[in-house]
Amino acid sequence: MSNRLEVIDAAKSFGGVLALSEATLTAESRKILAIIGPNGAGKTTLINVVSGVYPPDTGSVLLNGTDITGRRAFEVARYGIARTFQNVALFAGMTVLDNILLGRNMLMRSGVLKCGVFWGPARREEIEHRRRAEEVIDFLNITDIRTAPAGSLPLGLQKRVELGRALAADPKVLLLDEPMGGMNLEEKESICRYVLDVVEMSDTAVVLIEHDMGVVMDISDQIIVLDQGRKISEGPPDHVRNDEVVIEAYLGKEHAISRDRSEA
Amino acid sequence: MTDDTLAKILQANGRGPLAARDAMREKEFGIWQTVTWAEYAEEVRRFSLGLAKLGFRRGDKLAVVGDNRRRLYFAQLAAQSLGGISLAVYQDSIATELGYVLEHAETRLIVAENEEQVDKLFEIRERLGNVAKVVFDDPRGLELVDDPWLAYFPDVQAMGDEFGREHPEFFDRELAAGKGADTAMLCYTSGTTGAPKGAMLTNDNLLSSVEESRIAEDWRTGDELIAYLPMAWVGDSWLSVAAAICFGLTINCPENRETTRRDFREVGVTVMVGPPAYWEGMLTRVQVLMDEADWLKRSLFRKFMDVAVRVERMRQSRAPVPTGLAALNAVGDWLVRRPLRDLLGMTRVRRAYTGGAPLGPDTFDFIRAIGINLKQLYGMTESSSACVYQPDGEANSETVGRPLASTEIRISDTGEIQLRGPQMFHGYFKNDKATGETLDDEGWLATGDAGFVDDRGHLRVIDRAKDVSHLNDGTMFAPQFLENKLKFSPYIKEAVTLGKDREYVAAIINIDLEAMENWAERRGVAYSGYQDLSQKDEVYDLIHGEVDRINRSLADDSALAGARIRRFLILNKELDADDGEITRTRKIRRGVISERYGAIIEALYSDLGRVETDITVTYEDGSTGSIHADLRVMNMDAAADEDMRAAAD
Repeated sequence: MSNRLEVIDAAKSFGGVLALSEATLTAESRKILAIIGPNGAGKTTLINVVSGVYPPDTGSVLLNGTDITGRRAFEVARYGIARTFQNVALFAGMTVLDNILLGRNMLMRSGVLKCGVFWGPARREEIEHRRRAEEVIDFLNITDIRTAPAGSLPLGLQKRVELGRALAADPKVLLLDEPMGGMNLEEKESICRYVLDVVEMSDTAVVLIEHDMGVVMDISDQIIVLDQGRKISEGPPDHVRNDEVVIEAYLGKEHAISRDRSEA
Repeated sequence: MTDDTLAKILQANGRGPLAARDAMREKEFGIWQTVTWAEYAEEVRRFSLGLAKLGFRRGDKLAVVGDNRRRLYFAQLAAQSLGGISLAVYQDSIATELGYVLEHAETRLIVAENEEQVDKLFEIRERLGNVAKVVFDDPRGLELVDDPWLAYFPDVQAMGDEFGREHPEFFDRELAAGKGADTAMLCYTSGTTGAPKGAMLTNDNLLSSVEESRIAEDWRTGDELIAYLPMAWVGDSWLSVAAAICFGLTINCPENRETTRRDFREVGVTVMVGPPAYWEGMLTRVQVLMDEADWLKRSLFRKFMDVAVRVERMRQSRAPVPTGLAALNAVGDWLVRRPLRDLLGMTRVRRAYTGGAPLGPDTFDFIRAIGINLKQLYGMTESSSACVYQPDGEANSETVGRPLASTEIRISDTGEIQLRGPQMFHGYFKNDKATGETLDDEGWLATGDAGFVDDRGHLRVIDRAKDVSHLNDGTMFAPQFLENKLKFSPYIKEAVTLGKDREYVAAIINIDLEAMENWAERRGVAYSGYQDLSQKDEVYDLIHGEVDRINRSLADDSALAGARIRRFLILNKELDADDGEITRTRKIRRGVISERYGAIIEALYSDLGRVETDITVTYEDGSTGSIHADLRVMNMDAAADEDMRAAAD
């Protein structure tokens, strides 16, 4: 099965500040769509609009053709959109395993009554969820910290656990908000590997916000560049890399000109 | 001798009273997955039929490479069921080392644990023309590789099912054709000198060794063990394959290397075997934990461990323990030692063994004092692992114990220990020269160790025969003895002592990063990494104190009192098996050390305060690089050190 997330002409303003306008994107299975842009460009706003943190002022969000515009966060999650956060948002006192199991929370069907009895369907369900969580733990190579409190881990591992929580939801679309922020090269490489594996081995469509240009250029299939809430460029890495508008937004006008000269 | 083989006994276990009992467990997805003896036998049968389908024949060799995984054990037994020979290769070997062994053994089939190992095999593929198939256990990362050279373990078993239907008699016929005198395993010795040699061990060798051990030691069906030692070490083949099958032991494969400590505790092992490095590591861990503990815990620990070590030493020297001290020790057991054993996952351990290399007496006494029944073993690959055991109640730090009933010991004119018995191997594969040097016409095995049998009938090993030497003034110098003393310090991970035909003893020291990091943090010593930390003045002062303590303890032993360490240096890289400096079982290769560190050794025997040199290093992928070393040499005699510094300024 193939998944497809579409955002059409979404706009969002906070008070007088236009954080996002006319944002349009399409993310598909087996592809990594990267969103880049300077600070305050509206990247996180875009992700928040998609994941239901707040509704867009105008425009719409479609998942596999279903309109999910303005749905609340827990509803969006049920539709199959999972995300990670720029600032790690784990439950510090809970174990890694529990944090990851939490990702399956909205897939759990047994109610108070069934869980109270426990034996029978609730038990079967519990085993199934635990198994899926363990598969994620195995996939991310974090078996040795399974029972460690999440708050005791270094940042690189916390980010990996967060990715695990998102993956445990068996998402149709995975939104990654700076999954490599504050990491060293080695940690970045390992996260890249996991993200690529997700794309290769499942139907999950991946939307990636990332500051590290090297990473973005290496692993993305499609890149969208935002600046001051507007999309200023879009295309495969090679196109975006050489786009005058992008260079200007990142480095300022003079650099773009001097680069022209040196090339000439 | 007999018609018994390990493969036959395994199939008998699968049908006999053991059938429904646990043979093996492996943690998968966080849960221990159990294999009963009936399932074990069936898995082996199916895989061996698959091997037959792939063209594996009597006398062919099958190699396994990877961490301890149940399928790698199945594969070994499957090969043996068909009259084949199994061998295990050190899983952390770099590709070229792997290639040497696999090529030398004329391997027909390889069973590899995972992508990491398969990648190494791809690297050396042109050397492996003889290898028909590489079978992998963990498919992760290999799902998308389409290469007829590779096959997934269950797929081979499925091929076996088909082959079994076409040839229903095949497996039983091949199994019955096995003889006790057939070679069952090739064990490549890590060897402190030269290239690895493949010792051929027959079913008779292994079975007699196991049966003798059954008489001498308290083995029980259902004993729980963790298979964490490298599969290529003869100790693991003996324990996890031969002894497990003959005694009905339950072998637990840890989830991965990082979880081993926790897995020990979960399983509640009842028998424990570890090389000296394991026990040294345990000691360091305890010392580091206690350094971090609060004042009350630390003083309780010091007080009661001190009592326990004193009681342990009295017991070893058969001196009566005063009632007061014994009572105090009982309190200590309740307050300190029992919680400590629990923390280490050693609560249920009835017997623990150390072998493979000598363990320092201080470490030995300490581990025993915790209340772990640690005993020494002696043996080698060529004697199908241990053939000398310390009986219960006779454990001590000096000897390695009594020989098994069928094992004879003699000491040659040169002082070398020689062994004879049914467990002794019958030669190295394709290396008659080495066989001739090791095994004489009467069946005596030359161990290369110097030692003697004491008046109790215990064997005492002094050192490697060729390593025991003398200083210029005639003082006896036993390097391993000193090194083990040094390694008792939590801060010293590895040490090499020098002194043969020299004026005095000098030492090259590796710090223990785990312990040192903690220490540095507490002291507020800032450093950027191992290289930097190793050269800090504070670290040198700390190590100076440790060496000084050892020098003073030498004064108690008159024979060795003259061999105190005069100068030392801290190396800024860890001794590494990839560089050939130590073996995969962490024995020092003295030849390589003196070759690689010539400049450093010269500096130790000069009056220089520093030495600069370049050290080549080999990375895990087999490529090489070089690190620059500007190392400080420290004198143990502080006054002389001051003079030297003044002179340098």
